[in-house]
Amino acid sequence: MIEKPKIGVYICHCGINISSTVDVETVEEYALKLPNVEVARTYSYMCSDPGQALIKEDIKEHDLNRIIVASCSPRMHEPTFRKAIQEAGLNPYFLEMANIREQCSWVHQDMEEATAKAKKLITASVAKVRLLEALESTEVDAEPAALVIGAGIAGIQAALDIADAGFKTYLVEKTPSVGGRMAQLDKTFPPLDCSACILTPKMVDCASHPNIELLSYSEVEEINGYIGNFDVKVRKKARYVDFDKCTGCGDCATECRVADRFPSEFDEGMGKRSAIYLPFPQAVPAKYTIDPEHCLYLKRGKCGKGPKCQEVCGAGAINFEQEDEFVEFKVGAIIVAPGFDPFDPSRKPEYGYDDYPNVITGMEMERLVSASGPTGGKVLINNGEEEIEPKEVAFIKCVGSRDESVGNEYCSRVCCMYTAKQAHLIREKLPDAKIRIYYMDVRAFGKGYEEFYDRVRRENVRYIRGNPSEIFKRGNKLVVKVEDTLNSRPLEDEVDMVVLGVGLEPRAEMRQVMDLLRLSQSGDRFFLEAHPKLRPVDTATDGVYLAGCCQGPKDIPDTVAQAKGAASSAMIPLARGKVTIDAQVAEVNEATCRGCGFCVEICPYSAIEMVTVNRFGHEIEVARVNEALCKGCGSCSAACLSDSIQPKSFRDRQILPQIAALGVMK
Amino acid sequence: MSTESLTFTEKYDLLGCIQCGRCTGGCPVTVRADLNVRQFVNDAYDEEKLDELARLAEIWDCTACHTCAVRCPKGLKPLEVLIGLRSLIVESGKVEPRVRDALQSVLLEGNPWEKSRAMRQDWMEGLDVRIAEPGEYVENLFFVCCTNAYDPRVQVTAKNMVKILNKTGVDYAFLPEDESCCGSEVFTLGEEGLFEMLVEDNTEFLNEFSAGRIVTLSPHCFTTYKTHFPDLKHPVIHYTQLMDELIQEGKLAWKGELPKKIVYHDPCYLGKQGGIFDEPRRILKSIPGVELLEFNRSRERSLCCEGGGGKMWVESESRKERLADTRIKDAKAMGADLVAAACPFCILTLEDAMKGLGYEEEMRVAEIMELLGEFVEV
Repeated sequence: MIEKPKIGVYICHCGINISSTVDVETVEEYALKLPNVEVARTYSYMCSDPGQALIKEDIKEHDLNRIIVASCSPRMHEPTFRKAIQEAGLNPYFLEMANIREQCSWVHQDMEEATAKAKKLITASVAKVRLLEALESTEVDAEPAALVIGAGIAGIQAALDIADAGFKTYLVEKTPSVGGRMAQLDKTFPPLDCSACILTPKMVDCASHPNIELLSYSEVEEINGYIGNFDVKVRKKARYVDFDKCTGCGDCATECRVADRFPSEFDEGMGKRSAIYLPFPQAVPAKYTIDPEHCLYLKRGKCGKGPKCQEVCGAGAINFEQEDEFVEFKVGAIIVAPGFDPFDPSRKPEYGYDDYPNVITGMEMERLVSASGPTGGKVLINNGEEEIEPKEVAFIKCVGSRDESVGNEYCSRVCCMYTAKQAHLIREKLPDAKIRIYYMDVRAFGKGYEEFYDRVRRENVRYIRGNPSEIFKRGNKLVVKVEDTLNSRPLEDEVDMVVLGVGLEPRAEMRQVMDLLRLSQSGDRFFLEAHPKLRPVDTATDGVYLAGCCQGPKDIPDTVAQAKGAASSAMIPLARGKVTIDAQVAEVNEATCRGCGFCVEICPYSAIEMVTVNRFGHEIEVARVNEALCKGCGSCSAACLSDSIQPKSFRDRQILPQIAALGVMK
Repeated sequence: MSTESLTFTEKYDLLGCIQCGRCTGGCPVTVRADLNVRQFVNDAYDEEKLDELARLAEIWDCTACHTCAVRCPKGLKPLEVLIGLRSLIVESGKVEPRVRDALQSVLLEGNPWEKSRAMRQDWMEGLDVRIAEPGEYVENLFFVCCTNAYDPRVQVTAKNMVKILNKTGVDYAFLPEDESCCGSEVFTLGEEGLFEMLVEDNTEFLNEFSAGRIVTLSPHCFTTYKTHFPDLKHPVIHYTQLMDELIQEGKLAWKGELPKKIVYHDPCYLGKQGGIFDEPRRILKSIPGVELLEFNRSRERSLCCEGGGGKMWVESESRKERLADTRIKDAKAMGADLVAAACPFCILTLEDAMKGLGYEEEMRVAEIMELLGEFVEV
């Protein structure tokens, strides 16, 4: 039997957030009359230092053993008040929050009714708080290593930071090289740094860093466990090239019987590659890979009199017998950085992307102006009849962004600036070209962006306010059908080339990562962060953090900043070497558990497993909770047929009296 | 919430507009008329100005092709703002006599062509047509459409349909003569009350029949039933979908050859609005001898013929080239012998243009059903 409850009730004004709708003084008087309530007080900001001190002093002076804070949602300040009462010597779980803000003052206007509801909520909390039991959180060791999924600029930066801090880092990249989208860019918007020049050193560091194990051309197959203790299994896909022997000389690709036949992914299909290939000259690792989809020998078992690559490889690195390998390791934290997909403009057929070779995407434009691109940086385009240097170039912004007709309501945040940058690059290369940018709004929000937009306009780049509706062909010209909304003039502008400022979308393959880590998506289909303002790199799964465009469209500076944030969050458990396991988890009564396994199936966190125990000489199966994985959500409890599994602090015997006190249950 | 209590701004979600200009940018009639639909969406926010806006002649230039609605990034239907303004004029009774007569004819005779209801089935003369009975199940229930029923130029669509269906043994029946106008043009002319009545009456009438699906001969009926009749219990298809099915199943036997270059014109109500692009093309390609060409502006980018939006009853004041003329000239320039379409309005406007341009000798405009009638064994 527990000691006699002595309850303190603390009612917060929350400035006027609560007190303007709830008569807190009346509530205080009412609370004092409730059974076992020793003290009731109101205060302007209970979460402030003096507010907390008030509670602590009362605990000592009045020997309180149960505390109710009537204020905001427990999601907001439960940890704050738990810590406060613990400092005053109470078990931190002897706390109950009555949410009289989100669930009362913010949603009601009538003071009388809101006050009555606040009273009820506190009555219910009193009914429950007496029945709470002391809980102790536990600690487990954390593996001092991290996994980073995806090696674009986000993954690269996160991996380098963690590795620099001295922790082992596994960097897993699906394609044959690290670098991601940033490697494809020509220059970056202000200050016009060459993208490759600033990225390549970081790529090289990834491969040479003593703390980084780079697993390129690899995919994560399985992840089990919990924060501090994740078991990871990675598939290293067969390159059919001996990694250690390959010198990266490239003779194989030159001699390949199907040399330069297939669209190069790196050049957005504008350039060609062989069946054995290095994605781009600065690729890291500088090792060749055979594409099994296109290699004659792998596809048909025959390549002339014998594979040419094998014949010419001086290092003897070609190995058609190679098979996928699996590696397994343990990490304490995981950073997810799979990146984005550019919007596919085929989904807006009115722009004729599938019909006209001179309608291209922003990504294609990057390759076209790049010195390492398919034209060696010359702006040459096929107008359907011949290859020409365009005299009139049009850019269309917001293609696939801010557009409900393709299901993307969000702004992609990079298109305004990359079109401005590309217009600038065209101006450099084609001083006499007529350049037009069609826009709905110009969002130049970043550091130095407005200044850059200003500069580009003054380079005789015409900004026309109107979002084009259609592109069709007239003779050998493209017609942009648009309205100049500033003078209400419908136009049919004839141009030689159109660049579609395509937006960013969540990666098609992100479902795979979602399932592996039980991550959620927000309404825009990007990964959902734990809190949009205060926990932007965390996820609902402890120990798993987000970096880069998988969480939402971002430019490079924001991506790098977020990657560094994710790295620093991931390093908290690694540096501490331990993780605290919350005590408010589900508990199984093994004596009554029937071993049906419903709870195992229903648990969204895979936190329950069946184990065999001996009951009076019989081997039987019962459920057991992995406390590190359990979030105390209570799904298992709702499913259990024999009431044998219940979350601590939310047991039936604790919450049923609470509900009864609300007067909604007989 | 009933639409009655909504203000003009709420009804058309005017505040959702970001004035991007895609509506006016895509509007096909801007090349010949002073219509700027974006400007109307912007100006209609001021309720006091509505009457003034409604008196502007250009609100009658809209062909209801729906390009503005399809392209709108915010899910608005800018053309309906123009229709809303038209309805202010219709309510005040100050419409052109031709429009007034067409609407009155729908009310009294169930068709806008000022023909008697008793004549609705005259096109069936000499044909063995199965007529549906309420409650008796039929797989394909045909809705003929007022224009196909009364207009001598396009009656051939329905007639050929009957011949082919009789030959193939498809389970079908046409609706009896109390079939009434779907209201497509009543809606776009802005006669809201009459349209509401048609929706109620037609829903009740059609729901009395037991059918696998309703097959429409006109894309206007097709899209109107699909978008404005929420309580209709039957699925609705366009006849090109049925014909395509029959061809895929090998149920049509071909006779003769049509060694012509055909270009297909996408009707707005079938393509842009109905999403039917491939079926008509597959049908044409399967006619022996046909070489199918494509307009530069085809499918989602198809150019409107200006036959919809009540334009059959409202003459444009513009003296600039009609879009149907542009279409026919484009077809001529690409060397097409024949322009095919699957919509009575498109056929009427395009053929008019072709004759006006004096291309009769070397070119032809034909309904797909016309060609099927000529090249399918019946």
